[in-house]
Amino acid sequence: MAAAEGSGAAGPLVLKNHQFAGLADVSISEDIPVEGEITVPVGSRSPDEDYSTLDEPVKDTIMRDLKAVGKKFVHVMYPKKSSALLRDWDLWGPLVLCVSLALMLQGGSADSKDDGGPQFAEVFVIIWFGAVVITINSKLLGGTISFFQSLCVLGYCVLPLTVAMLVCRLVLLAGSGTVSFIIRLIVVVAMFGWSTLASTAFLADSQPPNRKALVVYPIFLFYFVISWMILTFTPQ
Amino acid sequence: MYLFAEFDDAANLLAANPDATTISIDEPGEIPKNRHSRLQEPGREEDDELLGTDDSDKTELLAGQKKSAPFWTFEYYQTFFDVDTYQVLDRIKGSVFPVPGKNFVRLYIRSNPDLYGPFWICATLVFTIAVSGNLSNFFIHLGKPTYHYVPEFRKVSIAATTIYAYAWLVPLALWGFLMWRNSKVMNIVSYSFLEIVCVYGYSLFIYIPTAILWIIPQKVVRWVLVMFSLCLSGSVLVMTFWPAVRDDNRRIALATVGTIVLLHALLAVGCLAYFFDAPELDFPAPIIPAHNGTAVITKSQ
Repeated sequence: MAAAEGSGAAGPLVLKNHQFAGLADVSISEDIPVEGEITVPVGSRSPDEDYSTLDEPVKDTIMRDLKAVGKKFVHVMYPKKSSALLRDWDLWGPLVLCVSLALMLQGGSADSKDDGGPQFAEVFVIIWFGAVVITINSKLLGGTISFFQSLCVLGYCVLPLTVAMLVCRLVLLAGSGTVSFIIRLIVVVAMFGWSTLASTAFLADSQPPNRKALVVYPIFLFYFVISWMILTFTPQ
Repeated sequence: MYLFAEFDDAANLLAANPDATTISIDEPGEIPKNRHSRLQEPGREEDDELLGTDDSDKTELLAGQKKSAPFWTFEYYQTFFDVDTYQVLDRIKGSVFPVPGKNFVRLYIRSNPDLYGPFWICATLVFTIAVSGNLSNFFIHLGKPTYHYVPEFRKVSIAATTIYAYAWLVPLALWGFLMWRNSKVMNIVSYSFLEIVCVYGYSLFIYIPTAILWIIPQKVVRWVLVMFSLCLSGSVLVMTFWPAVRDDNRRIALATVGTIVLLHALLAVGCLAYFFDAPELDFPAPIIPAHNGTAVITKSQ
């Protein structure tokens, strides 16, 4: 019995191999109480820390989510094969990026409303609807990634293009001649390449191998359209 | 593994009672989709078995029939995207270089119409036309002091509506028309709706490089391009649909094929006219005061 007893304190129950041999001879009579503490050794916290997240201060909640979003931004800028973007998906980052991109694309010049740049709603719809269509396309072609994970990756990879938009607006403040156009062109093309490569790095592995090009092409088209909207932005 | 355990018991039972009817599991060579559906419904197999259909009939039935999933499941729509990269590229090549005498549908699609090609070729065409039109207008009016560049984003939605309507409504009408004629005249060749959508979608591919080349601001060049691409994609359509109507009344057959080519031409010409400004047309200049003081409006050609 002593061999089989737990360590007594709040610790995991440990049975070494040679102790099993003795158990066959052990018979437990009913008047000997068995006591000890068995806890499951899976890294669980002690009962004191296990309050629900409803009780924590609001700052902790917000900081935890913000840290997760920030970590994903870093993963997008340096795309390595990490599973953080895929496993713990969230849509805060894409929402923030989409809204800021749409806001920055406002104020485009127009003689009449019909000929101007895209409206806020148009940018929003293009980004979200485009991401949904690409996700459905990749799932129909046999991809194994889940719907929201794919949306998350596509949304987060808009980050380089948002940075490009910011740079373009700053360059346009300085002037709008040929030189500024060339600078903007280079920046937008570079960021477009970065976005496409980043999202391909995350998404390509979940596709069947003989259909990778079929899945990558719509992603290329999607970021191309967004880049076109950024490049053709002309201020009032 | 649970299912295999059940079948092991069945084998034991069979040994006990050799005359009982048996159910055999699929061959490994069968399409995986069918195997999944059969594994999920072992009860159905037993019902079919009781109804007397034996196994060889069933495998043959399922071999020819691909879309066996009900239409409200995701797997049903996956069967329309069952193409590999090289297949899509082959189909695009077949639409750009039509082999005289070879039918596009029979050669490339007969086994496997897909929706990937039509959908994404139309999407690419929409954005190509919008972007090229914008670029072409920019270059035409470049250098004029009064011109102010506008991105013309509204035209994207117009382009999208037009092209998707053409690529889906015209095949629908054509399919309905062919079904109606089929009920009157027994045709040897008849196409399903998806095959017609496929042909139309892939035949639009030639307009993508054409739209890019339309940036060149020369009228002659643009019209030569229109004719060239119309001949190529029109011939694909004609060679596809002529066998389907040739058994019919001569006039109806010619009218059908003529309408197909006419609509195709209308699409090309309409896109050229709407999205691309004519090269010689100047941006109307504002009123400029002439040297003798009177205001003169100048507008060249």
